[in-house]
Amino acid sequence: MSTPADLPAAPEFTEPLAEWHRLHVRMLIVRPLNESIAMLVPILVLLFTGNGEKWRLIASGATVAAILAFSYLIWRTTKYRITDDQVELHTGLLTRKQLAVPRDRIRTVDLTSKPGHRVFGLSAVRIGTGQQDVPGTDGLTLDAVTQEEAERLRVLLLQKGVAPKTASADEPHAEPVLPESEVISRLDLKWLKFAPLSLSGLVAIGAVFGVLSNYADDLGLHPVQDLWEWLFEHPSFTLFGAFLVALVVAGLVLSVPLYILQFWNYQLTREPDGTLRVQRGLLTTRSVSVEEQRLRGVDIQEPLLVRLGKGAKAAAVTTGLGSKGESNLLLPPAPLSVAHQVSRDVLKVDDDPTTRRLRKHPFAALRRSLFRHVVPWVVIAVGLAIWAPSWAWPIPVAIIPFAALVGWDNYRSLGNALDERYLVTRNNSLVRSTVALQRTGIIGWRIQRSFFQRRSGLMTIGATTAAGAGVYHVTDVGESDGLALADEAVPDLLRPFLVGESTAEGQAERNV
Amino acid sequence: MTLQLRTPRHQVSPKSVLLWTMQAAVFWLVLFIPQLIVFLLVNEPPTWELALMIATLVVGVVHTAVEPSWRYRVHRWETTPDAVYTLSGWLNQEWRVAPVSRIQTIDTKRGPFQQMLGLSTVTVTTASAAGPVEIEGLDHEVAQQLVVELTNTTQATPGDAT
Repeated sequence: MSTPADLPAAPEFTEPLAEWHRLHVRMLIVRPLNESIAMLVPILVLLFTGNGEKWRLIASGATVAAILAFSYLIWRTTKYRITDDQVELHTGLLTRKQLAVPRDRIRTVDLTSKPGHRVFGLSAVRIGTGQQDVPGTDGLTLDAVTQEEAERLRVLLLQKGVAPKTASADEPHAEPVLPESEVISRLDLKWLKFAPLSLSGLVAIGAVFGVLSNYADDLGLHPVQDLWEWLFEHPSFTLFGAFLVALVVAGLVLSVPLYILQFWNYQLTREPDGTLRVQRGLLTTRSVSVEEQRLRGVDIQEPLLVRLGKGAKAAAVTTGLGSKGESNLLLPPAPLSVAHQVSRDVLKVDDDPTTRRLRKHPFAALRRSLFRHVVPWVVIAVGLAIWAPSWAWPIPVAIIPFAALVGWDNYRSLGNALDERYLVTRNNSLVRSTVALQRTGIIGWRIQRSFFQRRSGLMTIGATTAAGAGVYHVTDVGESDGLALADEAVPDLLRPFLVGESTAEGQAERNV
Repeated sequence: MTLQLRTPRHQVSPKSVLLWTMQAAVFWLVLFIPQLIVFLLVNEPPTWELALMIATLVVGVVHTAVEPSWRYRVHRWETTPDAVYTLSGWLNQEWRVAPVSRIQTIDTKRGPFQQMLGLSTVTVTTASAAGPVEIEGLDHEVAQQLVVELTNTTQATPGDAT
């Protein structure tokens, strides 16, 4: 820089924020705390399975010491700073990693406080950019800073168009002014009735079971295998039934506290800085902010039982969110009408696009759906009839009618619609998903025709997008209808590659 | 009213047939040879092992004989000033369209077999995690020409590609 020495320095250009910060020193305690919850079982197992042999004590002590040393090294080698242009994070002991995220690419900010964090007033900050072309550039995580700092970063990093508030040197932590935010939706305790319907309790039992059997495996026990062999030797439907009933009851009972754990204090707001913000959680609290401009649509999800109870949940279709831990959630399981209201308010439209009347897919799609759902069970039944004890094969046979029902319902779900701004597509039965995808957010097509689809004149049209899952499918649509839909959804993209009458007409009209 | 996708204009290099044949052959040999070794080394191998081995051999030979030429008849590509358009697959087929205005990167890569045959694969990526358009089995010169052409049209097209 060649600034003449006689001119006064311009204080606006100094960057007091651009000095390097460390993660909060309390992480020295919090990280071991969070980690040791996961390590608790192996440590206890190590300590108490045996007769207090000396090496067990030493091994447990060493594990704890290693965790402590590790967390010290992480803290020691990690630093971050926020300049006018980018957020930089340096981390790593042996492999030094230097991550830099341009600030104008930041799309989302996700604040997560696990119980360990909360006890010490900390919060992890995940900054998402939604760039997926180069691995590792889709965001970075600061784990962790104080909750006030996290809050300040959230507001600071998502401010667009406003000159970055680089505070003067004597007040580096100046609070940006916070106008009122508008509440779109908040938790209603009546929604708890959807908790058992969402089967989250069963999922949790499955997860816990998975973890436990993992540890059991390490100890040389194989409960699943033992149980399985025992079942083979003593087939008993009463026992099997009792086990199933117990499982379902436990799942139902567990689901309510789980719902409360995840969604307590749930609140969806539109912030004055042009972001949508979801806050939730009882023990682990989460706040996910999404830049509204980058919102490409909404996904209304209806798990089968929730749907039967006239409920749904809503998720954002947007860039910059990891798929981990439902970070894209806009609304927990709630009445369908609330989901539509949320969708409407979030997309700022008068009419929720997902309530559009959907065009049905051809009858051949029903055949395919039934075939795909029923045939695997037939194969399993035949396999069991040949290779398993004789009591086994009736089970898949008993499932076949339900599979056929699901196949039929899956067909009923299929549908598509197009309005001025959104492409709407609906898929699946067990978790029916109705996606409204902004037409301007579609950045290409993937059109699939399997061998059987070609025989029945169907195709699956995938609209690719930078947001959400990356591609959203219109499944088993009639060839001509599907192509017309794609052609209309994104004008001029597909047209040069289409042949047929409709194009000719369209061309003629356009030439007039 | 019938609306159809027309096939893209250009075919890939005829040498692709050889490429896919080699790939398929290697894949099936990797499955077959260990089975053969076990079969020869074990005393009195069970019949199911023999059955599995013969099945691998039959499916492998048929697949290696049929798939490459079938694929060659299907695979096609085309670029216009506005879009990249490909068709690939054999039993299951897939068309991909990516608008030039959304292109983020254009890469070429050449595997060992491709180097042997003087072929290249051109990959065009967009901002979508699911949207890369691949053109496999182009003659090396054609691929390079295509990359230059696409790079030029991409640069001439405004937009931030998201």
